[in-house]
Amino acid sequence: MGATAQTDSGGPFGFLARSHTIAKPGFSRWMVPPAALCVHLCIGQAYAFSVFNLPMTKLIGISQSAPNDWNLPELGWIFSIAIFFLGMSAAVFGRWVEEGGPRRAMFTAALCWSGGFILSAIGVYAHALWLIYIGYGVLGGCGLGIGYISPVSTLIKWFPDRPGMATGMAIMGFGGGAFIASPLSVWLMSRFSTATHVGVAETFIVLGVIYFIFMMVGSIIVRVPAPGWKPEGYTPPVQASKLITTSDVFVYDSLKTPQFWLIWWILCLNVTAGIGVLGQASAMSQEMFPGKVSPVAAAGFVGLMSLFNMGGRFFWASTSDYIGRKNTYFVFMVLGFLLYVAVPSTGAIGSVEAFVLCFLVIISMYGGGFATVPAYLKDMFGTRYVGAIHGLLLTAWSMAGIFGPVLVNYIREYNVTHGVPKAQAYNVTMYIMAGLLVIGFLCNLFIEAVHHRFHMQPESDGALATAAEAGAAMAARLTGKPA
Amino acid sequence: MTTSNQNGTAVWQLILAWGFVGIPLAWGVAQTIANSLKLFQ
Repeated sequence: MGATAQTDSGGPFGFLARSHTIAKPGFSRWMVPPAALCVHLCIGQAYAFSVFNLPMTKLIGISQSAPNDWNLPELGWIFSIAIFFLGMSAAVFGRWVEEGGPRRAMFTAALCWSGGFILSAIGVYAHALWLIYIGYGVLGGCGLGIGYISPVSTLIKWFPDRPGMATGMAIMGFGGGAFIASPLSVWLMSRFSTATHVGVAETFIVLGVIYFIFMMVGSIIVRVPAPGWKPEGYTPPVQASKLITTSDVFVYDSLKTPQFWLIWWILCLNVTAGIGVLGQASAMSQEMFPGKVSPVAAAGFVGLMSLFNMGGRFFWASTSDYIGRKNTYFVFMVLGFLLYVAVPSTGAIGSVEAFVLCFLVIISMYGGGFATVPAYLKDMFGTRYVGAIHGLLLTAWSMAGIFGPVLVNYIREYNVTHGVPKAQAYNVTMYIMAGLLVIGFLCNLFIEAVHHRFHMQPESDGALATAAEAGAAMAARLTGKPA
Repeated sequence: MTTSNQNGTAVWQLILAWGFVGIPLAWGVAQTIANSLKLFQ
């Protein structure tokens, strides 16, 4: 709170303060989703980072890898480090993001994300992989984490009547960011490549500049609602319904509730099941249908999955506003279970169409799981610290990012080395994924309203407000400006 | 409080803001759909 108060007091970065972002009467809340998309479309580039992997194995050899060139496993760590720091930074800085307001967080995210690209460009020039690990991995990863949670929590506050739809819009942007980044990066590399270098460093610099401008536009137009604001015609519920609270839970108190950990496991299991097959979709489709699915068709299948991943984020999160968050996750778990169990049969009967249909629905629910969870947290813990709690929950994503691909890769390898035909090598994996969703179903089943002893009391609200006022007054005395 | 745009957000601002993010996204989606069509060839 003290930090917030100091920022609110003015100074060179006073324009970043929450107090400077409070919307004036007449401000349309429909300006906030584009502000959120400015950030999420940029950081969604992370999903398209693999387009740099192959060119970065030829930085010295140019036409083919030289002995001193980096190899794919070394380069694979860049994305893994970035996703790890996404989860960690979201967890560590969540409260700072929530209390400091969205503009400060989005500005910081822009600096980290763009700075990560610039540092990585230097790393490419100097051929220092550790610099790219620090640049894109650590710095960029922090930009990912801070940039991911801030617009989401702001949208929840602007759309109390449709929180699922609102967060679905932003998180859809994260899924859609790769659609822009992938062809743009390929085009930029083709423009900058010469006979002597592959153009990765220049592409990083251009992307860093473009993303900085885009994210700054988002941070400029973002606003938070004034205290007491509510959408026209919306009457907030006076009493909490069975699974939607009207109270708030302090960020660190949420960790003491079983609900937080149950939702943590639901997200982790849903993401593990989806992320495992997302990375292997191309190889899986070709190996399960040898001679029927060409590499070109498999690439088309991956593109189609990305579209359903993005569309599912908006569709499922919006649907959750009508059927409820708990029911939406029941659909994910039950339908996901049935589809995973059905996948081996599609291979057995040789139906590519059924296989594609199964995975498109599965991947839409993978995206839907990400997009619906902020609204689930809002229902359980209130809106006040939802961004910070969401940040803590994203550690489940970091965990799933490690387990999902490992599970699919190692089980396939084990099967192939033990004589299982490649066409059937994924069957066990599918049944394991279905099993994970059974556990997820049980976790969801046990979710009920958070006990009132975890709710923030009016006294503690008052104490926090007093602390903020005291901090602001102190800052005013130090700077000589009114708080 | 209302969400109307009297004295606040103008319609052109909304169009500009949505166009700023919507046009690049639509371009990216169109590129992806074009690539995805290879599945059916």
